[in-house]
Amino acid sequence: MTNRFSWFNATSLTLGMAFLYLPILILVIYSFNESKLVTVWGGFSTKWYGELFRNEAFLSAAWVTLRVGLISATVATLLGTLAAYALVRAGMLKGRTLFSGMIYAPLVMPEVITGLSLLLLFISIGMDRGITTIILAHITFGMCFASVVVSSRLVAFDASLEEAACDLGCTPVQAFFSVTLPVIAPAIVAAWLLAFTLSLDDLVIASFTSGPGATTLPMKIYSQVRLGVTPEINALSTLLIGFVSIGVILASLAGKRAAVE
Amino acid sequence: MTRTLGSRILVALPYLWLLVLFLAPFLIVLKISLSDLAVSRPPYTPHLDLTAGWAGIKAFFAALDFENYTFLAEDSLYINAYLSSLKIAGISTLITLLIGYSIAYALARAPRRWRPTLVMLVILPFWTSFLIRVYAWIGILKTEGLLNQALLSIGLIAEPLTIMNTNTAVYIGIVYSYLPFMILPIYATLEKMDESLLEAAADLGSSRLAAFFLVTLPLSMPGIVAGCFLVFIPAIGEFVIPDLLGGSNTLMIGKTLWVEFFNNRDWPLASAVAILLLLLLIVPIVLFQRQQMKQEIGT
Repeated sequence: MTNRFSWFNATSLTLGMAFLYLPILILVIYSFNESKLVTVWGGFSTKWYGELFRNEAFLSAAWVTLRVGLISATVATLLGTLAAYALVRAGMLKGRTLFSGMIYAPLVMPEVITGLSLLLLFISIGMDRGITTIILAHITFGMCFASVVVSSRLVAFDASLEEAACDLGCTPVQAFFSVTLPVIAPAIVAAWLLAFTLSLDDLVIASFTSGPGATTLPMKIYSQVRLGVTPEINALSTLLIGFVSIGVILASLAGKRAAVE
Repeated sequence: MTRTLGSRILVALPYLWLLVLFLAPFLIVLKISLSDLAVSRPPYTPHLDLTAGWAGIKAFFAALDFENYTFLAEDSLYINAYLSSLKIAGISTLITLLIGYSIAYALARAPRRWRPTLVMLVILPFWTSFLIRVYAWIGILKTEGLLNQALLSIGLIAEPLTIMNTNTAVYIGIVYSYLPFMILPIYATLEKMDESLLEAAADLGSSRLAAFFLVTLPLSMPGIVAGCFLVFIPAIGEFVIPDLLGGSNTLMIGKTLWVEFFNNRDWPLASAVAILLLLLLIVPIVLFQRQQMKQEIGT
């Protein structure tokens, strides 16, 4: 079959992409709107971006979010890689079903349940709520996503290479760093990016686990959005979308280059 | 492979982390759901008093009861919220499946050199903030929003439609937010499919449509099942979408839990709502996990 890509396929693809991208595009366009009314076009302006950078509350929330994201993504990737290694390599490990259950359940667990249960844990052990508790919560769900990403790569990796390294006198730790790590490195980078963006994105779990003085950007956006649509939020959203898109595109280009090499 | 003590500890680390920060919290939620609301800090009773020894532990267990659960069972608000969450999540999953399948199918049939770019385009919105993507729809769906402006100006409608703050807006929000989760697993199974099977079906006299239903659809079942789990399970407990797009009569259990906890400050009741939600989800979550494990071993 030569002409496999039919008109039906082309139409559904075009409509699908339009559905995925039009709302985002509209949001970006209206961030450059002169008018305070979000749905009425009043001419091109970048004044809302200026307002944004003068807004102390947004800036401090952005700083909190960035710190939470960097720390939690890094720890989550470390733990997630270890978890993936344990899941894939130690197949006969005792308690594997419980372990893999705890890895997969948070992926689909409603955020309200995760958030509530973590908050009640922090309270019952008498931990002060703030940026630390948000970081702990984010590490917990981040490591599950990270371990799924890394384990999918690890499954495809031939374990006998590691055994060969061991036979040639490497310790298991040396074998991991000189044989396994270079192969799964792209997956580790992807896992870190995923954990980082999930942390940047999280509203519900952060709302449950944060305390006074620790407001993340999504929490700030949410409280503003409840009051109505504002061009300032559009400007902030545009910046966030821009950063994330550039990051993801760069990462995938780097991954492609690594794959070619 | 030889195992040293050090590597055992390293492997045990994530295990312990999840036991403490994922499993233990559920036991605490369970305990609090059996407690009573109290004017204290934290706002529930009883507290476990280990200094009183065995008597303290006995008194603690004696004070636990199922009051919150009987309250939930008697108040139709909560039952309706559970049922309506199931309905909203079910319908949204079905719509997402229909739209997602046709996109995944088109992706799998697109010329090979376009595919990485197209897949990337599907994934990209998933990386951008969920909250922002839901927010984007407010400006579109509002009564004076862009959708109504567009429809009015081309004369398709005479009166602005009320979509915002209704269940319809919630459906749109869920389908939009979860679409990539449906497309990717289906695409993954369709891409792996052996095309000669379709040629064989055609040689044996089957029409294109019949070949689709008899060959392609059954072979893509694992992707369909995975996609439906990935949409249905989180959609049931969804909070942001019903809160921002839905109206006052949009009942969803995630929102009820949030209100019970943050607005009414009834922690024991909120915990009971969470435990029941978890029980509702445990079957699909276990099924999902089984399927994931099976696929992992299969590949």
